[in-house]
Amino acid sequence: MFDKNSKPSPKRQAQLDRYKQLVDRISPKSALGQGLFRAWWVGGFICMLGQIFLEIGRGPLGMINSAASTFASTCIVFLTALLTGLGVFDKIGQYAGAGAFVPISGFANAMVSPAMEFRREGLVLGLGGKLFTIAGPVLVWGVSASVAVGIIYALITL
Amino acid sequence: MPDTIELKNRPRLIAGAAIAGKKEGEGPLGGVYDKIIADDLFGEESWEKAESRFYYTAARTCLEKGGITPEQTDVLLGGDLLNQIMSASMAARELHIPFLGLYGACSTMAESLCIGAMLTDGGYVGHALCAASSHFCSAERQYRFPLEYGCQRTPTAQWTVTGAGAALLSGDPSQPALCVCTHVTIGRVTDMGIADANNMGAAMAPAAADTLRRHFEDTGRSAVDYDLIITGDLGQVGHDILMELMQQQGHPLDASRYMDCGLEVFDRETQDVHAGGSGCGCSAIVLCSEILRRFQAGEIRRVLFMATGALLSTTTSQQGETIPGVAHAIVLEADA
Repeated sequence: MFDKNSKPSPKRQAQLDRYKQLVDRISPKSALGQGLFRAWWVGGFICMLGQIFLEIGRGPLGMINSAASTFASTCIVFLTALLTGLGVFDKIGQYAGAGAFVPISGFANAMVSPAMEFRREGLVLGLGGKLFTIAGPVLVWGVSASVAVGIIYALITL
Repeated sequence: MPDTIELKNRPRLIAGAAIAGKKEGEGPLGGVYDKIIADDLFGEESWEKAESRFYYTAARTCLEKGGITPEQTDVLLGGDLLNQIMSASMAARELHIPFLGLYGACSTMAESLCIGAMLTDGGYVGHALCAASSHFCSAERQYRFPLEYGCQRTPTAQWTVTGAGAALLSGDPSQPALCVCTHVTIGRVTDMGIADANNMGAAMAPAAADTLRRHFEDTGRSAVDYDLIITGDLGQVGHDILMELMQQQGHPLDASRYMDCGLEVFDRETQDVHAGGSGCGCSAIVLCSEILRRFQAGEIRRVLFMATGALLSTTTSQQGETIPGVAHAIVLEADA
């Protein structure tokens, strides 16, 4: 391990490969069909709620389109934050997986849960320092990717 | 040199105490714990202090049951899963017993018993208190995600037990014992290339197989010499792998006399714990309640208690390192 050039001997490598096969055989796999179904209906349901808020914004509240979509996102974020605070959202996440965290609800949960967890370590180094532990990587690479795509788009449309 | 040490003076395990959390209390062993604490925070303001209070309460309860005061206790051995084993250290601050903090991940209960039994056997201490704890909430935030973060657990993942167990060892042959310690086998670190922190059973099973094989070779015994072989928290995956590895090594285990504390502590069907329980507290509360009860009831005469530990840290896991595993074993026998 401490000698960077050394590889496991062929005998050891065969042992490791055999063990990996054993582990793969014994370890239970995620139920793919069930996971897909749950993600589909919960994710779809959250999106339907978003659509309802959007229509309420556009109709009864008389908002323009961009304001109505901001209103819809805000409502979903608020509801998720509330459910996270009540200790319900982690159960929805365990049930629905990506169905719960791919919509904007996932982002709200990723912000509120560290805020609740690290509040005890103080407002500055606890809450402030750890607020972005989960959302941070998404923001960094999401923003970076959008900048890269934007540059490519600008170049090909010159 | 063999890895197994025979304890000629047979140190006596005179008392045990198990303090369990709410979910554990709702599990199959709910009736045998000394106390079930329904409040996850145990009246404290942080998970870390709550875990420390579990540790402290287990230690105090055990001493009371053994009729020994902290002043009469020569050494406190043990630890927990948290960084710098803070739960044990903060509890030791209150207990004021000479303290040796140990880190063996989930093998800590067996590690502390091994060392405590050797110190007692050698006559260096009269009474040794061995204890270990874990807490679902403190472990979750340290090793995984904030509690309320809604991510999915994989089917191989295990559920950290909230609880603490303590056992009191004595070198005084006049004291009535629940059981006596006869051999310890100190484990070697074994790593078969598993890097998945959500499959710790697979990471630890080879260490368990290695320690078990060495124990059998050193003592000339086999699985049939034990009423029970008890592993700490291999869970369903590690349990199945260990059965297979022992078969391959020519020391097959009898499934009816092999038990894993991770499978005993929760009902996997109804409690949504996936592969089973884990954590230092898992083997600690099962040993200090159910196993001692079975000794007392005369249901078992000789067991091998072997807790396994996955010696990983979040830092090395993120760096892609594989998980070193270890397993320590101690033989407990009914007092003749």
